[in-house]
Amino acid sequence: MLKALQLEPEKCTGCLQCEMACSYENEGVFNPSKSRIKVFNFHDEGRFAPYTCSQCSEAWCLHACPVEAIVINPMTGAKDVLEDVCVGCKVCTIACPFGTVNYNADSGKVIKCDLCGGDPACATACPTGAITYVDAEHTGLARMKAHASQTIPKN
Amino acid sequence: MKHVVIGAGPSGVVAAETLRKLDASASVTIVGDEPEAPYSRMALPYFLVKQIPEEGTHLRKGANHFAQQRIDIVQDRVTAVDRAAKSLTLASGGKMAYDKLLIATGSRPVAPPIPGMDLPGIFSCWTLADGRAIAQRAKPGAKVLLMGAGFIGCIILEALAQSGADLTVVEMEDRMVPRMMNDTAGNMIKAWCQSHGVHVHTSTRVTGIAKGSAHPFKVDLSTGQQLDADLIVSATGVRPNVEFLDGAGLEVQQGIFINRHMQTNDPDIYAAGDVAQGRDFSTGESSVQAIQPTATEHGQLAARNMAGHTGAVHRGSVNMNVLDTLGLISSSFGLWMGKPGGDSAELVNRERYRYLNLQFDGDTLVGATSLGMTQHVGVIRGLIQTRTRLGKWKDKLLEDPTRLMEAYLASTQAVGFNAALLK
Repeated sequence: MLKALQLEPEKCTGCLQCEMACSYENEGVFNPSKSRIKVFNFHDEGRFAPYTCSQCSEAWCLHACPVEAIVINPMTGAKDVLEDVCVGCKVCTIACPFGTVNYNADSGKVIKCDLCGGDPACATACPTGAITYVDAEHTGLARMKAHASQTIPKN
Repeated sequence: MKHVVIGAGPSGVVAAETLRKLDASASVTIVGDEPEAPYSRMALPYFLVKQIPEEGTHLRKGANHFAQQRIDIVQDRVTAVDRAAKSLTLASGGKMAYDKLLIATGSRPVAPPIPGMDLPGIFSCWTLADGRAIAQRAKPGAKVLLMGAGFIGCIILEALAQSGADLTVVEMEDRMVPRMMNDTAGNMIKAWCQSHGVHVHTSTRVTGIAKGSAHPFKVDLSTGQQLDADLIVSATGVRPNVEFLDGAGLEVQQGIFINRHMQTNDPDIYAAGDVAQGRDFSTGESSVQAIQPTATEHGQLAARNMAGHTGAVHRGSVNMNVLDTLGLISSSFGLWMGKPGGDSAELVNRERYRYLNLQFDGDTLVGATSLGMTQHVGVIRGLIQTRTRLGKWKDKLLEDPTRLMEAYLASTQAVGFNAALLK
């Protein structure tokens, strides 16, 4: 059964444990600036919104890549960056209309959420259930899909 | 059904794969004139600095990829198109019939009309063969002259500087990357390059190249200065490869004119990528966008239409670029130069080489330029292409243009206390 990250901003308290967990899991450091999930801060309203790649079916990043360095993981459905193939040209970072593929100057490659191979550290770390890893048929995905469909229309 | 694609670049390859996906029984052939497996010119600079082997530039990595997809790759050059007979003339002497034809022949560098440009040892950085030749000559300490500081020039610049060459850039416009960066950003990139030891001459032309004595070349500049060079790399512009269509009766302006189904004025002939003059999302007009995302978008759409899925209408491609100039990352999107009467927001930090400029039409984002920004830049494309009404977030962006992601999330998603009710 395909699973997806369900993000529920109304449950987020802005504790940033997801960012810490993500950067530690993927980069080996506790450094939110290296996290693939980001909590956006609406400080004047006291609200927070965690956001990361929704593994969209359009896969703008994958199609824009000139060297086939972004592939679909058959187990998780995630769009994975193959670090040994990525040349660091950054075309995917401007092609992704959600802004969720980022360039990491330290490695000279791009980074994006790969669902930690099927056990996302952000969901495990989230203490309030704002980030959960659920059956993709679960209702939360409908919202993400609705949101995805209201962005760039498919031709 | 016999589909023939001329050109083995990203546009042609994506089109061929899409055709195969949509029609299992069709015959799909790519005709390309270079000897290598289909590769990406985008990746050449990385090959140049030996970051990747030659195979690393290949568009598809599996050795049998095209055979498995039952896509025939023919190494040949198409010299003429006979529309009445629906047949191509090949340089090798043969003919090839087609039912539907896609022209994805790309573009090629143009040599400026300067005395001495025909001397041996002056290269473009366009093909794998060029890449090999430049890599061999761009030794540490070698005096390298780069003509043109446009997008392609700057990509090569990065590679040449990394190879340790003593690098001089000559650009005739008054700033670097003039067709992608405004005055402020283009001159910040120039200052950055200079601070990294590259000699940059803007508002300057090369007026003549002659054989030198101590070094292979002596180069005259419009400023009266004379430079020595061991290697000259020319990146002064590109031109669509359309000459083989002379007499074929296809409408060619800047490139091959196509409608929103990627069709030329012959309904069985389509065009895509650098050679095609297709719809620009921002202006609604047709223009040549020689960029990777547009090439693949064109290729996919053309293939869907060729396979009979005529509902696939091109809404227009957003012109956008991202560039890494010696570690300074810049990007520009859509109407980065602005729209008359539209508001704009600008944030400049010259000391830290940070720049962000947003351009609005009413309360929608229509263009942007950034320097030193590597996080969430893609959202600019998203906001432009969805024409998201920003409402009150436009004012917040005018105050602080860096809050693009917040503006996007607040304008498109339920993020409030009662957001659960909106699911």
